[in-house]
Amino acid sequence: MAGAAKNEPGRVDWRLAAPLGFTYLAFFAAPLLILLAMSFAADDRFASFSMDSWVKFWGDPFYRGVVYDTVRLGMVAVLATSALSYPIALLFIASGPLVRKLLIFIILLPLLTSVVIRTFAWIVILAREGVVNQTLLALGLTSAPLNLLQTELGLVIALTQIEMPLMLLPLVTVMQQINPSLSDASRALGGSKWRTFFRVILPLSLPGWIAGATLVFASATTAFISQTVIGGARLVYLPSLIWQQSMVVFDWPFAAVASVTLLVAVLSGVMLFSLLGRFARTT
Amino acid sequence: MNQPLPVDQGANAAIQRRSVGEPLTLDGITHSYGDGLAVDDVTLQVAGGELVALLGPSGCGKSTLLRIVAGFLNQSQGHVKIGERFVDSLPPNRREVGIVFQNYALFPHMTVADNIAYGLDARGDSRSDQRFRVEKMLKTVRMEDFGDRKPGQLSGGQQQRVALARALAVQPRILLLDEPFAALDKNLRLDMQIEIKRLQRQFALTAILVTHDQEEAMAIADRIAVMRKGRIEQLGTPVEIYDQPETLFVNDFIGSSNRFEGEVLGREADRYVIRLDNGAIWHIATSKTFSTGDAVLVTARPEQLVLVDQPYDGAFAVERTLSLPLGGTLIHDVETPKGATIKVAAPRRVGEAAPPLGPTHCALTENAAPILFPKSAG
Repeated sequence: MAGAAKNEPGRVDWRLAAPLGFTYLAFFAAPLLILLAMSFAADDRFASFSMDSWVKFWGDPFYRGVVYDTVRLGMVAVLATSALSYPIALLFIASGPLVRKLLIFIILLPLLTSVVIRTFAWIVILAREGVVNQTLLALGLTSAPLNLLQTELGLVIALTQIEMPLMLLPLVTVMQQINPSLSDASRALGGSKWRTFFRVILPLSLPGWIAGATLVFASATTAFISQTVIGGARLVYLPSLIWQQSMVVFDWPFAAVASVTLLVAVLSGVMLFSLLGRFARTT
Repeated sequence: MNQPLPVDQGANAAIQRRSVGEPLTLDGITHSYGDGLAVDDVTLQVAGGELVALLGPSGCGKSTLLRIVAGFLNQSQGHVKIGERFVDSLPPNRREVGIVFQNYALFPHMTVADNIAYGLDARGDSRSDQRFRVEKMLKTVRMEDFGDRKPGQLSGGQQQRVALARALAVQPRILLLDEPFAALDKNLRLDMQIEIKRLQRQFALTAILVTHDQEEAMAIADRIAVMRKGRIEQLGTPVEIYDQPETLFVNDFIGSSNRFEGEVLGREADRYVIRLDNGAIWHIATSKTFSTGDAVLVTARPEQLVLVDQPYDGAFAVERTLSLPLGGTLIHDVETPKGATIKVAAPRRVGEAAPPLGPTHCALTENAAPILFPKSAG
């Protein structure tokens, strides 16, 4: 901002952006174009093109279901992380510096472990003989062990824990900047705690939530490891479908269609969140 | 925590009030943070429609006291009473207290009109009532044309006005002002002080002003409570606080003053005869009791001192080192032979320039009333 303001408008020196620009062109834009072209290939030599793969993908209710399930998984992960993040973020801004440091450490802790390890940890926890089932059985809350692995519920639980820092960090950063007097002002004007939250804190925290929701949505829909390890063969999402089609079936055009579809699905979700934010702030 | 209090029937009182402001009573308020006492047994009666300033340095407990009245903090001991009603067990949103914050605390995502309507909406006023009341409040603070703006588009003084309108819109029982002028520049500050005073009178509001700025407190408070270390050091009108400080702390905190050491020589009629260490003999009236030989501290405001050409027993020798003509006042900086600096202020006559520097003598003006403190107080 400050640097651009110094220059006259229209006199930005594009050469400064050239190294990164060329890198993006060569290693990001070009492969994407190739991918898009590949999705229209009619044979494995890419000699002729047709809509066959697209028709096959979108004409089949199974594949449409996979797209729907993938997007839904992302949405549910966003909902779950949001519901859990707001109380923690509120606790964070209400706490003193020491508790804040501790909370930040707890929030960051999952990021210090690899996704693979966290996912396998969740298998141990969610398995039929796992901690959750042992506890439920011991408390007499269930007579037979629950099936949590290879279910959407189990996957959402694991993803929520794995993605939590992505929601919490931007949310906490933005909420920290909200003037604490604003809550006091709301309360003194007769606003209940809920009104204060919904009318003051929530709208002002939206920029952080949008950033968090975008990250969670994008990474939950594309969480190949968690989806395949916890979801197993029973739950099929776009990433594992792409892997199957490209590495097992070797139907690259079909895999390309699934890839482009995943890309568009993630981008639409991201755009939806920023639209939501703009809409909510103007009303 | 608080003892359970008899809940009185305040509902009718709430409807009948308003023609005169409601009294506020603080009864033995004590609040501790960790191991320290932030507020130490403060008792204060604020009459209906009166504006009392809580004045003191940072950390004196004035802000804590304000937060206790507002309900943001629960005091460890004591009671807060607004009108005839104990409010100790009420959360902030049910105390009907209006607050103007130092940084105004306007909701940045709402328009000015929505900010003012916030409290009205919270208590369930209809849309049309809200609109009517918002219009009226905007007019009251002379911001009619700004209803659709966002707070970020307003100047500091305008934000201040909106904050005031927002606090007054819900017709609070008590108005709390938390350093409301600190962020304003000097010229605007005086305007806003007059504005707040005008509105407070117009609404017959009982108000508490928290400030560390003695001029601000002197300007708009009916009474000032000077606070130190969680206690009220002195409570009185601005004139009483300035002219008759009861402690050295109050004396030093309010205005500027010069301090002299001396010894009680005896008593003549209603005055003590004091010999200052610099040799001058002063006759000082006081309600305190001293005996002959007591070591004392004498404080005198700059305007109670005068520079004289001829020495006499009430004057002491000084060297004038600096004279500043500050508009209508001449401020002299003088130095005693022992090296202590003393400030002397005198009204400046038209055309009068600063006199030449050099040796002269310093004495009390004719009507000066310096204050005596026991030496041990210093």
